[in-house]
Amino acid sequence: MADVQGLVNDFATKLSKRKVEGSRETARMTAELLRTVISQQKMTSSTNHAAVLIDSVRGVGRRLIDANPVELAVGNIVRRVLYIIREEELLLQAGELTLSPQGSDREIDEEDDKLFLSSAATYQRILHPPSLATLLGSKPDMPPACHPSASRNHDIEGKGKFELSFTADKSPSSLALKRHIMEAVNDLIEDIKTCHEQIAHQAVELIHQNQVVLTLGHSRTVKKFLCAAKEKKRSFQVVVAEGAPKYLGHVLAKGLAAKGLQTTMIADSSVFAMISRVNMVVVGVHAVMANGGVIAPVGMNMVALAARKHAVPFVVVAGTYKLCPLYPNNPEVLLNDMRCPSELLSFGEFSDCMDFSIGSEAPLLHVLNPAFDYVPPELVSLFVTDTGGHTPSFIYRLISEFYSADDLALQQKLLPESEHSNSI
Amino acid sequence: MGTQKKGASRGSEDPVELACVPLQAILLADSFTTKFRPITLERPKVLLPLVNVPMINYTLAWLESAGVEEVFVFCCAHSKQVIDYLESSEWFSQPNFTVTTIESHNSVSAGDALRLIYERNVINGDFVLISGDTVSNMSLTQVLQEHKERRKKDSNAVMTVVIKRSKPSQITHQSRLGTDELFMAIDPNTKQLLYYEDKADHAKGSIYLDKLLLADNPSITLHNDKQDCYIDICSPEVLSLFTDNFDYQHLRRHFLKGLLVDDIMGYKIFTHEIHSSYAARIDNFRSYDTISKDIIQRWTYPLVPDVKFFGNSSIKLERQGMYRASEIGQSRSAQIGPFTVIGSGTKIGNTTEISNSVIGEGCSIGSNVSIEGSYIWDNVTIEDGCKLRHAIVCDGVIVKSGAVLEPGVVLSFKVVVGQQFIVPSYSKVSLLQQPTKQDSDEELEYADNSSGIAEISSITHTVDKLNGEITNRPFETQCWPTSELGTGGAGYVWSICEGGHDEEWRHSVAPIPADKLSEAVQAADDDLELTQDGRSLPPSGELKPDSNDSEYDDDGESRDDSIYFEKEVEATFLRAVHENITVDHVILEVNSLRLSYNKVAADCAGGLFYSLMKLALETPHDSASELVQATTNVLAKWKKLLKYYLAEIDEEIEVILKLEEICESTKEFAPVFDKILYQLYDLEVIQEEAILRWDDEKKDADESDKFFVKQAEKFIQWLREASEEEEEEDDEE
Repeated sequence: MADVQGLVNDFATKLSKRKVEGSRETARMTAELLRTVISQQKMTSSTNHAAVLIDSVRGVGRRLIDANPVELAVGNIVRRVLYIIREEELLLQAGELTLSPQGSDREIDEEDDKLFLSSAATYQRILHPPSLATLLGSKPDMPPACHPSASRNHDIEGKGKFELSFTADKSPSSLALKRHIMEAVNDLIEDIKTCHEQIAHQAVELIHQNQVVLTLGHSRTVKKFLCAAKEKKRSFQVVVAEGAPKYLGHVLAKGLAAKGLQTTMIADSSVFAMISRVNMVVVGVHAVMANGGVIAPVGMNMVALAARKHAVPFVVVAGTYKLCPLYPNNPEVLLNDMRCPSELLSFGEFSDCMDFSIGSEAPLLHVLNPAFDYVPPELVSLFVTDTGGHTPSFIYRLISEFYSADDLALQQKLLPESEHSNSI
Repeated sequence: MGTQKKGASRGSEDPVELACVPLQAILLADSFTTKFRPITLERPKVLLPLVNVPMINYTLAWLESAGVEEVFVFCCAHSKQVIDYLESSEWFSQPNFTVTTIESHNSVSAGDALRLIYERNVINGDFVLISGDTVSNMSLTQVLQEHKERRKKDSNAVMTVVIKRSKPSQITHQSRLGTDELFMAIDPNTKQLLYYEDKADHAKGSIYLDKLLLADNPSITLHNDKQDCYIDICSPEVLSLFTDNFDYQHLRRHFLKGLLVDDIMGYKIFTHEIHSSYAARIDNFRSYDTISKDIIQRWTYPLVPDVKFFGNSSIKLERQGMYRASEIGQSRSAQIGPFTVIGSGTKIGNTTEISNSVIGEGCSIGSNVSIEGSYIWDNVTIEDGCKLRHAIVCDGVIVKSGAVLEPGVVLSFKVVVGQQFIVPSYSKVSLLQQPTKQDSDEELEYADNSSGIAEISSITHTVDKLNGEITNRPFETQCWPTSELGTGGAGYVWSICEGGHDEEWRHSVAPIPADKLSEAVQAADDDLELTQDGRSLPPSGELKPDSNDSEYDDDGESRDDSIYFEKEVEATFLRAVHENITVDHVILEVNSLRLSYNKVAADCAGGLFYSLMKLALETPHDSASELVQATTNVLAKWKKLLKYYLAEIDEEIEVILKLEEICESTKEFAPVFDKILYQLYDLEVIQEEAILRWDDEKKDADESDKFFVKQAEKFIQWLREASEEEEEEDDEE
């Protein structure tokens, strides 16, 4: 246990000192940490096992979120793990009560699994009110591309394991519960690692021959997405805006050119001049909020507005771990990170222009360097996630698939999303 | 996405590189100065809050994030407080980061500290030397690598000094941080530090460079727009150097300059300039103010108030750079301006205005208070209607209603300012009396630690008693010297000591007052007029020995130099004559003189010849022929010495020219010029070729210059004929 505490402390310090940054990295590390927390959690035989687990995960989660509130992915993963625990517990109870068919385990366990079994559906209705997603999931209008073979294989494996676990169910149920949860968390980690590929699978349907695609800055998801289309023999052009002040667009442009894509680099300020020649904007984001708005690297709002002005589709590619169940409330301030001004102006130049001897007040030159922009949902045309394409208005439903309403307020400070919980 | 990649790679790089030797650092938790008095009488400087976090945490957090694994904290003044603080903090429980404290009670300088650390024998590789009041976010990877590579090539490269650009004010000759203008000469190619002067005399507007600097280096750059960050990467030799030179006290004034001037051991110091990252040291109240503002403006990211780089309480950044803790009691009518930090638990009353200030934790600020540009530490009570401008107010101070703090005021711990009292600008107020004994050495401080503490305890006792009395009988006169701080006040106003009021404004938190500024502008204008004459110092630029800029150096300084050199040579020679020193030893001595004055062999020959002639002149003589005889004797005796410096024809010509000079100035020699010239030829001191060439050179000269040529005409004629004959003979053969 002390070992786990050490790991938690270590990760929290890393987060708070900004040594770990980026939603993918933080999401993966959070999930792995929580897996350790769950596996090390001692199970006392008498109490409610799930409640113990939920408490400990919640405690760890609160610390991690507190360490760097800007990394929303941390909170997302904590909430998803909590949801997994809740689901597993309910299933186990249902299983113990009614000796349910094994299908139901598999169904709830796989978040992105839209395969539907009628018997499972009935149990699910007992456990949960029906959600739009599960209803829609049974219909064929869900894109088949969101069921990659990897997931299928997993499904089958999972089935086998669950059969095993069911036999073990006669032994103390805590062990089974824990094992189920561990399985599910492992799947979650696997999802985080592989979501790029699943998103990239959909590229070929979205990018057409001879199109011009514009992107801003550098996103690994976008890069994989574009490269996947290229591999499928699509021939198209990419325009990369450099993404000041980090200029990660330079990295992307070089990477794309190395993969044989026709790439054009432009300054951020020429996006508007360029947009009329562009057929589609594809960007990566930092987080997707519950209302369908996105928190994205700075400059994105400008790109989105330019795209709207010229009626160019603005497509956001994001793994489901970026889905944040919170509503953006004052996102320019609360969900932003003011970075070091020296990325814009070297300190030497800054201090040169300060006539400190005269200015008694605050310096006359201020350098602001916000890391993120908030792009409102009206400007986003489509989200491409590892579960398929969604419109911004659908995001809140997607969120109810992955998160429990009880977990939204992990911290006392965050206002409970009362409206949201009512709607479920 | 890219950031995470960068972050990850940086994270993995550092350990790999540093795996071989864990990187160590020496943190001096004592600045060995008195700039922060009276506050530092009660609390060590490194524990003073900088934007609500003790300074030492900034330094430690930076060291930790820069990949340093072992830190030795050297505590001297108030060492117990520092050690207690560190022990209760989280620094002792960090993974991969060990903090060890080294305590000393009798060190009075950084030199002593390093000598003590050397005795402990704990440093076993390159280390970072830093003071506990430094704020930085630079990455050490590059500078360490540079240092190591230089070390591989040249084991004498013992130290790398981190510098950054910061233009000092033209008017006050003072940097943003309130330190004096700093002059440095750096080799632009190797980045070697060649010259360092932080106490330049700006009254004269000039600095003096050793001519050697220009002679030895193909090019140097001279800067006055650099700031010393006081972050040094040192090799272990630095510690032993301090031990060897037990008189080194100050890191810069003694050690750095010592190494630069004294090239015997050949140790070299290099510089590393940082551009985008931040590094600065809190040296005085002005830099405290400046660095606080830089932190609030996030130049030190990630060491900023809203990032928990250390176990500080959570503060949120709001619009316009306003930082507020979550648990504060702020009246709706209170106005909090931009670039303000407000700590948790602080209460702010109605219609109070706060701008550009830092307010600590647990303060209570009344109504109608106006606070501007001030630093208010923890648990301070400011009653209604006070006005504070550019003041530093320490923990537990009570400012009673209607009091006014004028710019530059420093109120030390638990001082009470009486009602309606106006504290004059630049006053320093403490509950402790100003030490009467002023150390002559400004470096000395904290001589007797224990007595200070005893004093503190006795005083706090009285304060408690007084406070009790105040609450009981609020309007009665106290036994405390109330006159100093108004009714109900407590504390001594320190008289402004040496340096006087004049210097106070330079280092204060308050901006430079308008009248001082206009004075300085006037002075600067005068300077400018003076420097119109062409002796102005280029602000910063490349200086090459053959460029125009350096010419005045050669002209002005080297003339003085030559005179001194000749005198020295003469003195050496005379001593040799009187004490019968062998020729070899004289040569040795003259050679060392030649090196130290940076002269060539010709100068030595000239100087020696001059001395010889003078010696000959001093021997008693009656007639010109006797003089010639005496000269011949002297020349014959010291021929070997002279000949040593006459390897080339040019040097021989120099001797002839010198002879000419002597004959011009001494009337006794004037008539016998040709005879002495003949003797020189005869003694084979000078070859005929030198004489002929001298003659050739003189052909184009003025008539007045040809006086001696004419005198020697016959002799030269004879020489020419002789050489022609020889040639003819050669031809015949």
